[in-house]
Amino acid sequence: MGEKVLMKGNEALAAAAVRAGCRFYFGYPITPQTELAAYMSKIMPKVGGTFLQAESEISAINMLYGAAAAGARAMTSSSSPGVSLKGEGISYMAGADLPGVIVNVERGGPGLGSIQPSQQDYWQATRAMGHGDFFQIVYAPNTVQEMADMIFTAFEKADEYLTPVMILADGLLGQMMEPVELPDEIGELPEKPWATTGTKGKREHNIANSLYLQSNELEAKLLERAKRYEIILDKEQQSEGFMLDDAEIVLVAFGASSRIARSAVVKAREEGIKVGLLRPITLWPFPAKALEATMGTAKAYLSVEMNMGQMVDDVRLVVGKDVPVEHFGRTGGIIPTPDEVLEAIRTLNAKVGE
Amino acid sequence: MAEEQVVFERPKTLTTKPTHYCPGCAHGIVHRLVAESIDELGKGGDAVGVAPVGCSVLAYDYFSCDMIEAAHGRAPSVATAVKRVHPENLVFSYQGDGDLASIGMAETVHAATRGENITVIFYNNAIYGMTGGQMAPTTLPNQVTQTSPYGRNTKEAGYPVRVCELLATLDGVAYAERVTIDKPASVRKAKKAIKKAFEYQMEGRGYTIVEIVGTCPTNWGMTPKDAIGWLEENMLPYYPLGVYRDCVEEGFETAAEAALARAKDVPIVTGGVA
Repeated sequence: MGEKVLMKGNEALAAAAVRAGCRFYFGYPITPQTELAAYMSKIMPKVGGTFLQAESEISAINMLYGAAAAGARAMTSSSSPGVSLKGEGISYMAGADLPGVIVNVERGGPGLGSIQPSQQDYWQATRAMGHGDFFQIVYAPNTVQEMADMIFTAFEKADEYLTPVMILADGLLGQMMEPVELPDEIGELPEKPWATTGTKGKREHNIANSLYLQSNELEAKLLERAKRYEIILDKEQQSEGFMLDDAEIVLVAFGASSRIARSAVVKAREEGIKVGLLRPITLWPFPAKALEATMGTAKAYLSVEMNMGQMVDDVRLVVGKDVPVEHFGRTGGIIPTPDEVLEAIRTLNAKVGE
Repeated sequence: MAEEQVVFERPKTLTTKPTHYCPGCAHGIVHRLVAESIDELGKGGDAVGVAPVGCSVLAYDYFSCDMIEAAHGRAPSVATAVKRVHPENLVFSYQGDGDLASIGMAETVHAATRGENITVIFYNNAIYGMTGGQMAPTTLPNQVTQTSPYGRNTKEAGYPVRVCELLATLDGVAYAERVTIDKPASVRKAKKAIKKAFEYQMEGRGYTIVEIVGTCPTNWGMTPKDAIGWLEENMLPYYPLGVYRDCVEEGFETAAEAALARAKDVPIVTGGVA
């Protein structure tokens, strides 16, 4: 760790990625992740790396596929409409068990949507990133510091589990400036004996591939991968609790909306409402264990999201039907105010409080 | 007893796996030419191939070098990254007409114009073979396919793409040649072209492509012999054989040098960033 510097979230992602050993960046221009690519284009030539502006998002993700197959730490970044285009390549990466990092600095949707911050890609990131049965690990930072820390972790976990890993941020986190202490430059990178580096005449050929023409072989592969998913579900759940010990109303919020929810919780506590916040840090795996732990005191849940209600599904899956689970959100690029969230807490409290 | 001498053997860069190709299909010939060229250059241990989606989708099982299976049309992007990560490797993609000139046309054109130091082996048989014989971007006018049952109507479906001609206009291309495999002499010529493309790549001259005009007896609905006849009669006049770009023949060491000469009157190009 070094000194603190003031950086935009997008830049912190880029700077920390380089420190995590990423030397190959492939991207395509899109707002609001622009600073990330711009930073990479400046730094990569200086560290002996490659910045390549691809002709399309599709090409960029397939470059990531190629670089990952060749054994490099590599990444791509985009924003919502561009991430949709990457879905094909992410599915192929999952199918070929290739590690790589994808950043989504979300904006409003669907379609071209807006360029303002949103969290409308939760479903896409956590369960519908592409065709076929697969998951990717999804991290949701809520500070610039976490942007830096989590992309570093993302590279480690991608290599550990041989899977694509996504950083799900949004235009607010990408664009805002905060002090950040960048992680130290990584020392040795893990060996990748499976990589297509050329046999050098010393081994059988390596193949990066997602095709299995025999369905029993494909099923076996999927089941093998599912075992890895079970380990991830068990070991990799991360969340942060705030004022949860006696919370009767539990807010659940990630990323930018968790900052707003936290302010609302503080205000509601001042009014005597027993409210707390559970902030998922990993969206997949969803922090079910931490959420279950709140059920002893909780009378109701409020999922605060910058969308029409997506993560609320996961909250309901965990806590079941006996407790009311509501959603409060603004969408299309609108950021809710703490007062709006406070009002939603009051309303819910009036319904379920004594 | 005379000493035994090996006069013919399987190239080391081919595996022993029997191919799935139809009788009369020329993919097997082209695989062999690629493998022989890699062997002769002593690059088997440094070669990384990228297989396409299409009939040669299983090429990763047939080449004994490291292989990557790409998404449909994306082989040039995959190959680009593989070469960037390990510039000392010999990196090639192996693609058919639908993969290269339809769904992957953007990737094809941009890898070429970037001057990626890769080699593209392009098998053009004017049809989608793997999916059962649909109209391809290189299907000839009036050619009957499953999705042009009355013949390719150019009013509806437009015209075929001549890939070598198109790519030859791009500054990043060091070498582009169209060859065929209709007779032994043509096969020998095709081999020379493939080997030259690999040599150019290893010499860092720029993007190289060899287009092989081939047959698809199964989906053309012909015997292998008739298919060769149809190729000579129809394909070769539409897709003339020959060298469309060779920076060395043009007097330059690399595609980059040729590009610079072409733009010699453009200050920003010759002077660099101010």
